Amino acid sequence: MKRANYIFLLLIAGLAAAVAVAVSVGSESVSVFAPDEQGRAILFDIRIPRVLLGACVGASLALAGASLQALLRNPLAEPYLLGVSNGAALGTLIAFVLLGDVAGARPVLAFAGAGIATFAVYQMARSKAGMNVERLVLAGVIITTFLSSIIVLLTSLLDAARLRGYTFWLLGDLSQATYNGFYMTLAAAVAGTIVLTSQARALNLMMIGERDAFDHGVEIGRVRMIIFGMASVLVGTSVAASGSVGYVGLIVPHIVRLVVGSDNRLVVPMSAFAGAIFVVLADTVARTAIAPRELPVGAITALIGAPLFIFLLRRS
Amino acid sequence: MLEARNISVRYGPCDVLREVSLSLSEGRMVALLGPNGAGKTTLLKALNGTLPAAEGSVVLDGRPLAELSRREAARRVAVVAQENETKFPVTVVDFVLSGRFAHGGAFGWERAEDVAVAERALAECDLEKYGSRLMNQLSGGERQRVVLARALATEAKILLLDEPTANLDLAHQAMIFRLVRGRCDAEGFAAVVITHDLNLAAEFADELILLHRGGLFAAGTAEEVLSEANIAEVFGVRSLRDANPATGKVRITPIF
Repeated sequence: MKRANYIFLLLIAGLAAAVAVAVSVGSESVSVFAPDEQGRAILFDIRIPRVLLGACVGASLALAGASLQALLRNPLAEPYLLGVSNGAALGTLIAFVLLGDVAGARPVLAFAGAGIATFAVYQMARSKAGMNVERLVLAGVIITTFLSSIIVLLTSLLDAARLRGYTFWLLGDLSQATYNGFYMTLAAAVAGTIVLTSQARALNLMMIGERDAFDHGVEIGRVRMIIFGMASVLVGTSVAASGSVGYVGLIVPHIVRLVVGSDNRLVVPMSAFAGAIFVVLADTVARTAIAPRELPVGAITALIGAPLFIFLLRRS
Repeated sequence: MLEARNISVRYGPCDVLREVSLSLSEGRMVALLGPNGAGKTTLLKALNGTLPAAEGSVVLDGRPLAELSRREAARRVAVVAQENETKFPVTVVDFVLSGRFAHGGAFGWERAEDVAVAERALAECDLEKYGSRLMNQLSGGERQRVVLARALATEAKILLLDEPTANLDLAHQAMIFRLVRGRCDAEGFAAVVITHDLNLAAEFADELILLHRGGLFAAGTAEEVLSEANIAEVFGVRSLRDANPATGKVRITPIF
């Protein structure tokens, strides 16, 4: 059997193990095998949806990161750092403030926000001379801070109690997990894995060079639209369900590439599984590190991701 | 096989190519000559659709190039561009296999057949032992041969080569021109080659096209195109023309 197949099996087993561990630990000690009534409520209403949502959010963000990095030929491309997550956050917030709880409004506006932010950052980063690493990162910073200021403006309209919930949510927080959120992100993650993997060979060519890929039969514009569209769906659904968990799309594909090399046909689907494992474990730490109090999961991922970002930036 | 009819190409308001025609039929090797900035690369890019022609049309196997999908075009026309660099480390064999993209299925894993084609192409370019090396660790000349190997791996019958021998030593220059010539003679290939080496062009090409300031200056055989007067006019260099004693082909010696 090929090495890649072993790694896939290992990732699936690792995900199962991570989910099992995450479900069985928490600030309340609950017997997983013979829970009492209160324990059952904690397990099924709180912990399990939270862990499952974390897995799907991790998969979605890692998928978006891996494919954006290949498309933009930039190992630093990441939905959170490019401002895509903030676009989705603003969309979610607008849905919440203006439309209240209209069903489906949040993910749809989150998707729209992510899509607009992606397009804006891409247009700012490309120049006649082509695209370089620093220009993209700078464009991301500008979009992020601009969107943040609008978000702050909008949150100031909220009352104090909701405001605290929102600050947590903005940092990336899984504590409000519901089964509906899980189903939505699961659908996005499964679709994302299939759609993005189907474009992986074209992405391999585009990493070599765009003109080069065109010469060899890649419809550049179509691939770009598919990747941007799918990444926006993935980030939009994730952010609508759990806020902006940062750096997952940076850390996970980077580690996967260290193990399997740069072939996107492996990097993209493996990032989905590895991202799921990563966020499930990070959220377990967030829940238990200072129990009974909790940290937002985004604080944990940023703690790991920011130093890695500096390392990658120095190396490029 | 491939025909450009009166094409003009513009970057912004200025014409970089004005009403140039070119016809490439099976078995023919056409050399594209001219000073830097004469429009050679632009013409090559227009021939495979990278740059759309503002006027005129490019016809590939009887159909306008613009109507073909990228995959269809890539299966028929292979390009060796001047230099390409990649930041992500790619092995030589993966790079050559990327030339098989247009033959691939939806989820794009290479079949045994693709690998065989790639290995044959590597062997033909004198690169058997390079398969596992990384592209960004090769010398300029080695990289150039890998890029040609990938063009061969596409199995396209039309080759568009942009200075394929610019970084190569004498032996590999001859090897590449012989390889392309051989494919044209034996397997029905056709090639357009940009080169600054007038003698290589005279030695190997059936037809020479001399571009000057975006327009067609002269076209025909080496005897017709490579006159001392033409070279003085286009390149601004005096030269001496005689025949190569070994092959009898036109030989140009610049007088510096």
